[in-house]
Amino acid sequence: MYLHNRINNKNNSFQKIRDLDFILLFCILLLGFISLATMYSTDGGQILFHTKSHFSKFLIFTLLMLMISFFNIRFWYSLGYLSYLLIVVMLFWTMYFGITASGSQRWIDLYFINIQPSELMKIFIILCLAKFFHRKRLENVNSFYSVIISLIIIFLPMSLVIIQPDLGTALLIAISGIIVLWFAGLNHKYFFYSFLISLISLPFIISFLQPYQKLRVLTFLNPDRDPLGAGYQIIQSKIAVGSGGLFGKGFLQGTQSYLEFLPEKHTDFIFTLFSEEFGFLGSVLLLLLYAVIIYRVMKIGAISRSYFAKLFCYSFGSSLFIYIIINMSMVLGLLPIVGSPLPVMSYGGSSMLATMIGFGIVMSAKVHSKQSIA
Amino acid sequence: MISQSDNVLKLNSINRRMFILTAAKVIILGGIVSRLFFLQVKENKKYLTLSDKNRIREWKLPPVRGNFEDYFGNTIAGNFEAYQLHLIPEEVENFRYTINRIKNILRLSEKQFQRVLKKKKEIKSWETLIVANNLTWENFSKINNNLYDLNGVKPVISISRNYPFKEYYTHILGYVSQANEQDILSNENIKEKFVQGLKVGKIGLEKTFENDLIGSNSIERYEVNAYGRRISQLAFQKGDQGKTIKLTVDTELQKLSNELLAEKAGSICVMDIFTGHVVAMHSSPSFDPNQFVFGISSDDWQLIRNNPMKPLINKSLTGNYSPGSTIKPIVALSALENKIVNTKFKVHCKGHKNPLELYGQKYHCWKKEGHGFVDLREAMKQSCDTYFYEIARKLGVDKLSETAKKFGLGEKVFGNLFKNEKNGLVPNTIWKKNALGRNWLLGETIITGIGQGYIQTTPIQLCLMTAQIANGGHKIYPKLILDKNNNEEDKFMPLVNQNRNINIVKEAMFSSTNEIRGTSYRSRIDDPKYQFAGKTGTAQVKRITKKDRELDLETSEIPYEERDHALYIAFGPYKSPRYAVSILVEHGGSGSSVAAPLAKKLFKKIVDRHEIRKNFETNKYLNI
Repeated sequence: MYLHNRINNKNNSFQKIRDLDFILLFCILLLGFISLATMYSTDGGQILFHTKSHFSKFLIFTLLMLMISFFNIRFWYSLGYLSYLLIVVMLFWTMYFGITASGSQRWIDLYFINIQPSELMKIFIILCLAKFFHRKRLENVNSFYSVIISLIIIFLPMSLVIIQPDLGTALLIAISGIIVLWFAGLNHKYFFYSFLISLISLPFIISFLQPYQKLRVLTFLNPDRDPLGAGYQIIQSKIAVGSGGLFGKGFLQGTQSYLEFLPEKHTDFIFTLFSEEFGFLGSVLLLLLYAVIIYRVMKIGAISRSYFAKLFCYSFGSSLFIYIIINMSMVLGLLPIVGSPLPVMSYGGSSMLATMIGFGIVMSAKVHSKQSIA
Repeated sequence: MISQSDNVLKLNSINRRMFILTAAKVIILGGIVSRLFFLQVKENKKYLTLSDKNRIREWKLPPVRGNFEDYFGNTIAGNFEAYQLHLIPEEVENFRYTINRIKNILRLSEKQFQRVLKKKKEIKSWETLIVANNLTWENFSKINNNLYDLNGVKPVISISRNYPFKEYYTHILGYVSQANEQDILSNENIKEKFVQGLKVGKIGLEKTFENDLIGSNSIERYEVNAYGRRISQLAFQKGDQGKTIKLTVDTELQKLSNELLAEKAGSICVMDIFTGHVVAMHSSPSFDPNQFVFGISSDDWQLIRNNPMKPLINKSLTGNYSPGSTIKPIVALSALENKIVNTKFKVHCKGHKNPLELYGQKYHCWKKEGHGFVDLREAMKQSCDTYFYEIARKLGVDKLSETAKKFGLGEKVFGNLFKNEKNGLVPNTIWKKNALGRNWLLGETIITGIGQGYIQTTPIQLCLMTAQIANGGHKIYPKLILDKNNNEEDKFMPLVNQNRNINIVKEAMFSSTNEIRGTSYRSRIDDPKYQFAGKTGTAQVKRITKKDRELDLETSEIPYEERDHALYIAFGPYKSPRYAVSILVEHGGSGSSVAAPLAKKLFKKIVDRHEIRKNFETNKYLNI
């Protein structure tokens, strides 16, 4: 077995290219193209800052993804804890030296790029926990020790992000971690009880929320209570989506976005613009594209020999799904507004970087699917 | 080290859970898709409407006001193209420079300049700033010549109210001005059509016919962005101009009335005695209503307001005056009708040297030497007060008031047409009891006989009264608005029992103007085409004291406020009467010397214009 792997490892890079998942790659490139077209529309049908910047980021990160995929999955396995610790350090760094924008301290200045470590944590927490559980026997997964360690791994970055404050990203980090716990085989009853506890403690949690966050919850429950203030975003977003109709208003014809009724149209509300211009059919096709991507990620997990790769792919795919669902539910008025970008589509380097790193590791798992990790 | 079997167990566990989660994902995805379906397909109409509501905004433009025309179809209140200067601050590169450049070109005063700057601060940068709202052609062309230097400045031609005959029609038409809060609250129609810069009638017929005149707004539909900024025009819906209202008035006569009363305070009313058409109605002094269209300056306003001749008051309708001797035809008629006197009845007038003494009071005739023995005709001709004291005493105030009311005194002539028209006052015993709580005194009857005391009339009432005497005692309804439908049922209803009585009074009035010693003999016209009959009146403003009688001052020697009002009523041409006239000159002195001469000039014109009017009417019918 080992020998066989060794032989495979000796494959030249040409072989590695052949082993790439081309369907996944094509879907990612297609998604990138759609996101660029949408960004072009947010710029009012001109190639302006957002389009240019999004394009260059997508180009660089796609190359990065390919580079990552050529590294052996064992390499990423070995980086699991280290990368997690590095991001934790970066979060601490953010706490003290971060850049503050619109009331929260989320970014650190790396001189050539401003990076948001909390976004990267969404990926590296999966990597870290996947390594952690890879090394655990199944009967030890539910042991007190491993539960406590994994909870610490989740809560440490989560609390660092909450105090930024960035509740949305913190929740997404926690969800990513919990998904890994689920796949690792943690007993169902833990999920059940913690769900119950959090449901009961919801009123208490709400009382600890910042005033603006409380307002968001209230606005979610009744957007019409302040249609020009807190409810404005969600009302305008629903109008944009709803007015799109079956076929949409047409590319570059979205009046809601073109006439600047849509807030945050580059980032969290990018789907609104897409949906307004391409309608129900376009939106379903976009969802389908995401579904295919997630399906391919899960598929790669399924064919991976190593438990680590499998756990990572499943968790990453499922997290991706959750991110998309949360973003869309928010935009369609099914959830309160929490800052959560739509993977790849939304403008924002760190989010795209994290997603592309995730894809890179998945690709690496594909290329090295026969690799087992001791 | 992890054993192979454990690995298999772990893989089984993870795959099982993966399937559970995949099932959950499919369900959730289905939820999202159904939400999309709900919003985009099912509720599409609702959101499409909301989206259009967001992006499409309508701008109402001021409606174009309906015109007023005189009898001959001349526009007496129309619309003109006002040259305005608009500017959108954000489209101007250098606002400071541009506005100063405009200031220099238009030679704006510092005050006007500051007002523009203040206005600029109040509006959004993409809204229109009206720098000047009524430029002269000269300034407008100056701006146009300098446009290369004035980026973002727009010379605009806008529609605005115009009164081409200026002060001639002010008291009939009133004027328009910027709609204020009260106008909006009191009239639904104004509220609905209100836009910045909307002008509405403030007084007169402009106010009365507001709902007909206002027209409907033109609507511009624009696509706007979230900040309300116009992006592109989608549609333009043209509004309708308000209705045109035709008046019975003849501008030429109105103009003459205006000239006759120049420098005087007073009123001239001219009425067709059969149709009731008011062909002229002027109150002097008047003022130029055009001043109010863009807001009157405070200096000009003070000038109008503080004028002692009270230009703001429409004397024809709202001036309550003692009729003086002009009431005598009615007193005579009433006495004849009630068979108190006949034409042979005579009274001995001894003049105010030997005043008539009745019930302990002295009643003076105006003439020092007295008129001697006078009958009705002579008394009317020379306006002998003593004769009328006597017949009033015999007649009694209640019978007199009955006749006076029949002839239109004591009630509004135009009904609801003018808000501020006065009723005048025809007193009787019941009125005094109710209004003042005291019993009627006989002495009051006696002075009522010469149109003094409680009795009050407006010039238009006197005109109507004269018209109804002139047409042989038939009821007519005065009209200012020309309309086809004559639905007054009791039109031409006889007001007297015996036509003979009317003829006696008319003949007496004729003698007053056309026979020697008649009070208005000097103002007569001998040409039968223009010949008219009338009655002078001199209404005292204050009681004449003994001292005054001794002094016997000339009018010019008395302070303005204490001078008598001069009145004159007349009808003509005498052979076949058609028009009735009432003239009032406030504090003018005696009716015979001030008011009657005006009638002479007026009647020439009235008769000449009647020919034209008649032809115009027949031509009009021929054209149909």
